Parts: sequence; structure tokens; C-alpha cells
Amino acid sequence: MSIMEYNGGSVIAMVGKDCVAIASDLRLGNQALGVSSNFQKIFPVTDRIYLGLPGLATDVTTLRELFRYRVNMYTVKEERDIEPETFAHLVSSTLYERRFGPFFIEPVIAGMSKTPAGGLKPFIAATDLIGCLNFAKDFVVAGTASSKLFGVAEGLWEPDLEPEDLFETISQTMLNAVDRDAYSGWGVMVHVITKDKVISRTLKGRMD
Amino acid sequence: METSFAITGKGYIIVAADTTAARSIVKMKTDEDKIKTLSPHLLMAYSGEPGDTIQFAEYIERNIRLYQIRNNYPLRPPAAASWIRRSLAESLRSRKPYAVNLLLGGYDTTTYTPHLYWVDYLGTMTEVPFGAHGYGSYFALSLLDRYHDPEASLEEGIVTLKRCIDEVAKRLVVTPGKYKVKVVDKDGIREIEL
Repeated sequence: MSIMEYNGGSVIAMVGKDCVAIASDLRLGNQALGVSSNFQKIFPVTDRIYLGLPGLATDVTTLRELFRYRVNMYTVKEERDIEPETFAHLVSSTLYERRFGPFFIEPVIAGMSKTPAGGLKPFIAATDLIGCLNFAKDFVVAGTASSKLFGVAEGLWEPDLEPEDLFETISQTMLNAVDRDAYSGWGVMVHVITKDKVISRTLKGRMD
Repeated sequence: METSFAITGKGYIIVAADTTAARSIVKMKTDEDKIKTLSPHLLMAYSGEPGDTIQFAEYIERNIRLYQIRNNYPLRPPAAASWIRRSLAESLRSRKPYAVNLLLGGYDTTTYTPHLYWVDYLGTMTEVPFGAHGYGSYFALSLLDRYHDPEASLEEGIVTLKRCIDEVAKRLVVTPGKYKVKVVDKDGIREIEL
């Protein structure tokens, strides 16, 4: 029995053409017993950054509250929104603070970051439970279905997908991966972040 | 074994907990009230490690009451649940964590909506249409998947609750016996006899 698999749950983020997508399942369990089919693991940080927190459910809530506090303090002090790269390092250092008694969470960050030219470019990152950052160009996965997500995403993802195609790709990846994982599933939440808007959709999944 | 259930319905929450206080294989008491009234519209069913349960429940009860005395208004159910969850989450990483599982049922008098929260000793919290703790949860949750109706009247809700209790009595090896049942709605809290 691993503490990382106690409640179950998975998150994935993908890069598209001038857009990013992040998706999670909605299950909360106590080992094999399902408790809730509406447990959100993805939270908005700013208008164009979303944070996924799969792992131990008590730490999902605790870290969500901690990051909300720290991002609010940053916004007040700097008088501007935090950038995704900066936020990724905030996540990393927050987790490393607890190096020898960690939060049991593997965060996934998806957002659009400002370029020097004034445009926006897609950004995704993930860390392990002690804050080791992984900046990926294609997709990042985390949670109990991570090995399955890697496999399906490797087969379905391609570069420069438009927002609607990226939505289809991430949705199919998520739905098919969690169906092979007993600890994830019970519905999926998908967010597609583009330059000017965020599209959020809830998907129905198998309830077994 | 200790068992507690809670179900939501149209404008109300029913919370039920068994009344046995057991130590090892011996029933020491059969009329223990394991549902605390935290504020005029908030109920908390608690179970877990004997000693921790009462100590923690009384700590929560007194602090929720203190908030109400200081501010003239009680905390609304979502706020109270968040604070209680945080108390458990902070306790989890302390020298001696409280091993207490909770079901929080409240009626929000500002939005006229019932809220039910499932909270475990780790500080895991989620809002649910129905919840259960203890060995009874393995029988009650699957039964409620089939029979729960969020739009049910109080009478229908009580019938569903009776189904849960009967199923646990039928299938669980160590049956809890008697239950205390409390309801919270717009009129406040009252105990009902099954």
C-alpha cells in the first residue's frame, strides 16, 4: 500500500498550437472503495495558469490553499499576475521546503506564458513530490494512471494541434488511460487554455 | 463495529450514527450520542479512536461556539467544514494525530441549501450527496448508489436510511444495533425516532 495511491487520481497536460490543455479524473477513493465522483484536482491559479494536483487528497486541499495564499501574496507585492515559469518554481520550492517529510502530491502546471515580443506561448511542467521540475515540450503525466497515460499519449499526441483537436486528443487519452486503472476514472474534467479564453468541459466516463 | 451514515434530500440532511461504545469485544454502553450539534444548523457525526473522538469533537464544538459568540453569526457549513478539515490536516503531521472520521451535515440559511461533507482522519474532505464511515459504508454506499434521490422528501429520505440500517444489520457480522438519527433543515436540528 503506497500513500501515493491511497486516494487514486490522475492528471495530464498537453501542448498544442498556441494553446495548452490539462485534464484530470474526478474520482476520490479510499483505496478500492469509491467515495466521491466529483473531486476536483485541477485549480485555476491565474486567468491563464491551471494547476493539477494528483496524489494524497488531504494534501490536494492543503496545497491548493497554500498556493492560493502564496500567489495572492505575490500578486499584491508585484502588482501583476505571476508568470507560469515563475509559478513552476514557486511550486518546486514550496515542495522542497518539506524535503524530509513531503506533501504526497505530484503537481502538473499548464499555462500560457508571455514572450518578449508580447505574444503568448504554451507552457507545461510537472514536478515530483519533492519539487524536481520537468519542463516538457509535448505532454506531462502524473497520478495512479501515469504509466497508462504515457502509453496512450505517446500514440495519440502530435505537434501543433488546434484547440478543438487538442481537446479531442487529451480527452481520448485520459478516458482510455483511466479505464485501465482501477484507482482513476469516474468522469473527467478538461480545460483548454488558448490566447484569449479557457474552455472547460466535464466528460462522462465509465462508472466501474 | 462503528458505523455512521448521512444523506441529503430536498432541503434537509439526515445524519445517523450507531450508539454503541465498544472496547475490544465488549459493548460498554448502548446509548452513546456520537452526533454533536455544532451550531443551530450544523451537525457532526464522529467516529474513530476512542478518546480522540470526544477530545476532538469537543474542541471543534467549543471553537465553533466561540466564533458564534464573537461574531453574532455562526460559520456557514462550507466555512466550518474547511476549518475543521484544516484542524485535522494540521493534526495529521503532528506528534500525536487525532484519528477521527467525520460526517458534517449543515443547512446554509443564506443560500437555503443543504451541504454534506465527508471528512476522514487524514483531512480528506469532499462534498457528497450521501456518505458513510466504518464497516457499514461498504454496504450502505452501494445501496445508496441505487436508492438515493437528492429531491426526496424527508419521509422518503427516512425510508432510504432505514434500508441502509437494515442492510447493515443483515450483512455485517458485528451489527451495531441501535442508531441515533438527527435531521437538519431550515427549521434547525431535531432528533427523530425510527
